Amino acid sequence: MSAPSETGRTAKPWVLWVPLTLFVLFFAMAAVKLVWPGNTNIDSQMIGKPLPRMLLPPGVAGRAPFQTGAAPDGKPRLLNVFASWCIPCIAEAPVLMEMKRQGIKIDAVAIRDRPEDVATFLGRWGDPYERIGSDVDASLQLAIGSSGVPETFVIDGKGVIRLQHIGDIRPEDMADIVKALEDAR
Amino acid sequence: MKLLVAAVALAAAAPLLAQSTLPAAEYANTQLPDPKQEAKARALMETLRCLVCQGQSIADSNADMAGDMRALVRKRIAAGEDPESIRHWLVERYGDWVTYEPPLSVRTGPLWALPILLLGAGLVLARGRFKRKAKS
Repeated sequence: MSAPSETGRTAKPWVLWVPLTLFVLFFAMAAVKLVWPGNTNIDSQMIGKPLPRMLLPPGVAGRAPFQTGAAPDGKPRLLNVFASWCIPCIAEAPVLMEMKRQGIKIDAVAIRDRPEDVATFLGRWGDPYERIGSDVDASLQLAIGSSGVPETFVIDGKGVIRLQHIGDIRPEDMADIVKALEDAR
Repeated sequence: MKLLVAAVALAAAAPLLAQSTLPAAEYANTQLPDPKQEAKARALMETLRCLVCQGQSIADSNADMAGDMRALVRKRIAAGEDPESIRHWLVERYGDWVTYEPPLSVRTGPLWALPILLLGAGLVLARGRFKRKAKS
């Protein structure tokens, strides 16, 4: 018995184009992702949830320990996640100082930092922080779903996280943050 | 010429990685004393994605943040917590992104169904072939 010959059947002509089409589709997908890699930020899933309560040691010598959670005055404020070793945090410093000038209260956690390094950083770039805590093993950072420095969270008067801003705050981002603070009232 | 030198110097300057000067957290790079617990922690760490390097598991990454996550995993395992509950805790904070084992949901459904569909299509194709052979 001989093997059945394939030539007997007429292949549908469009079938020939399938592999090429698949290749072109694959190529197009790869090209699109290469040119527009998209947003790689990992958004915190903690928006709308309460800020975890933690008692952090002072971020700078001579300051009080920082109790996270609802603010003592019951008003919305910012929580800035930063570090003295973080370069974009320097870029953000003048914007935070401007916000402080506008009367916005800002708390901070210094991630994986030394009090003396934080003191040097604040001495050089200004100190916009009302309260500052030290988070040496990133335990607060992990608990609020923050994936880097700098990040800034809007916390409402009840201590609920309302907004996460990933990366340094540029002057053009200020309006959004101020609006979120007003909405959080 | 000055410009060229400056350009070369700039190109040669390795980008300064923003890294903390603090020593790594306890248990970031230290194994747990109990080998059974360490194995559990290790298995979980290999399926958690590093948040900064975004292509490595926290077991493989040198990033400070991955070190802190390893420390968190080891401490919680040592305290007797179940690995899946630690994974759940992280997913609650970072979304499905943080786990390498995608959960079955409407969004990830196609991902799970595709291999089964492809295998089915392959079986149908193969069956057609065998039938034809048997006939001739």
